[in-house]
Amino acid sequence: MRDLKLALRQVWYINNAFVRNPASLFFTLVFPLMFLVIFTVIFGNGHVLIAPGKTVRVATFYVPSIAAFSVITACYTNIAISLSFSRDSGALKRIHGSPLPVWSYMLARILHAVSIAILLVVICAVFGAVLYGATLPTTTLPAFALTVVVGAAVFSALGVAVTAVIPNADASPAVVNATILPLLFISNVFIPLQNPSGWIDVLGKIFPVRHFADALIGSFFQLSGAGLHTNDLLVLGAWGVAGLVLGVRFFQWEPRT
Amino acid sequence: MAATAVEVEDLRKSYGAVQALRGVSFTVAEGEVFALLGPNGAGKTSTVEILEGFRRRDGGRASVLGFDPASGSRRLKEQMGIVLQTSGVDPYLTVAETVDMFRGYYPKPRPRDEVIRLVGLQDKRDSRVTKLSGGQRRRLDVAIALAGDPQLLFLDEPTTGFDPGARRNAWEVIKGLAGLGKTIFLTSHSMDEVQYLADRVVIIAAGKVVAEGTPDTLAGRQHASTVVRFRMPASVTLPEAIRGSARLEGNAVELETKDPTRTLYELTSWAVQAGIALEGLQVTRPSLEDIYLEITKEPEGAPA
Repeated sequence: MRDLKLALRQVWYINNAFVRNPASLFFTLVFPLMFLVIFTVIFGNGHVLIAPGKTVRVATFYVPSIAAFSVITACYTNIAISLSFSRDSGALKRIHGSPLPVWSYMLARILHAVSIAILLVVICAVFGAVLYGATLPTTTLPAFALTVVVGAAVFSALGVAVTAVIPNADASPAVVNATILPLLFISNVFIPLQNPSGWIDVLGKIFPVRHFADALIGSFFQLSGAGLHTNDLLVLGAWGVAGLVLGVRFFQWEPRT
Repeated sequence: MAATAVEVEDLRKSYGAVQALRGVSFTVAEGEVFALLGPNGAGKTSTVEILEGFRRRDGGRASVLGFDPASGSRRLKEQMGIVLQTSGVDPYLTVAETVDMFRGYYPKPRPRDEVIRLVGLQDKRDSRVTKLSGGQRRRLDVAIALAGDPQLLFLDEPTTGFDPGARRNAWEVIKGLAGLGKTIFLTSHSMDEVQYLADRVVIIAAGKVVAEGTPDTLAGRQHASTVVRFRMPASVTLPEAIRGSARLEGNAVELETKDPTRTLYELTSWAVQAGIALEGLQVTRPSLEDIYLEITKEPEGAPA
């Protein structure tokens, strides 16, 4: 109980540092909205007939895509890069030398990232609804919320795990982008894929990004049912567990070089 | 005899083929200011980091406040304060926030403002870490190490990069902590610092203990010869009593003596009677640094 309180307290300090860092604030909060604007400008925001007598704006499809991107940025990208910087500066080593339990610290990092992700998704949805007339989920809202939280936790765990292959802080943006950008392009996030060709389809099915995007888009907008994409969530969960195990096994508290 | 704070026996550590520690043994008593000295690469940091719990030893025994440091015991960490050689704190937090954050990790922390005052950062209390100078950041490191009110404090080269005033202040802080009965484990390259602070010194070189003692008696320093230096006109001759121990170089004279009181008496009473001024008269005992350099000197022809 005391350790959980320590973790929540740590979230407060992590958040203080986060909001005072202009670069991290800008890239995490503004970047996704920028993409939403760009997409609606480039691809238009017309009406789509989705069922007899029922149309929605195209933005209704952009919003969950950008929400998926937001979650990945806030969790995977943000955690991997900021942990790398903390590791290089010696801040992690100092934490490790203190009595703060390791899991309290990691939980705090993940809780903070998940909170930022949720905030971003809300901003994204409100922005899309108000400016572009996107239709927001109603009956599928619980499924959508669950998918956001699961995805945020999974990509946080993966963000922690990937630091094991990041040699130093300067290299962290390169490693993070090299691992995530290609996946974003082949996973229904930036570009909707109609019948993707063989290997792209296979890669998309192996890696977690497309499962997350599909589950999020599917639960944001669905004509009937609860919108819960159980299979996608299970694959995501498996990645989360893998990330957690690898993170615990290979995490480094001291600069690697 | 006081209880033991740190005990190390036959400590061994290798990095690949390099043997960093080849059987190091020493003890640190509770309440003592202990200094571990040695040239770069001698194994100081390896020893300290094993005791702090950051590294695993390959062999030997180590006990810190009764705990095995390799256990990562939380109760041990709660009683230890650590100042690392290189520091890292979140640059966007303020001094007060940083100290408070660390205070929260300990069961019985010291009051925040007391900690900040102790290291002289009260004027920077609400400044962000980014705005601190190098010396101020180092003082914040010390403040963080003090936040939990530790029984045992590891200070790895704590005053490197301090200006003389800040260094003197830091020394007073450390003396004050020792006065409160804290055990202090110090490493340093400043022999002045060690002379001023340490109760006991262990010197290691190439992974082994090569000397141990108090700063004043290390390697028989108290028995070492005193050197008297001065200049006098080349035409004068020294009195017989001291002539034998004198080395002359032009008009510069160097006397080596085990009995400086008598030698000085012979010299000055002769000079006063003869009306000779001894220019640049100097009496020096070997400094801790001289002793240290002598002990850690690489043998002639040895590979560096």
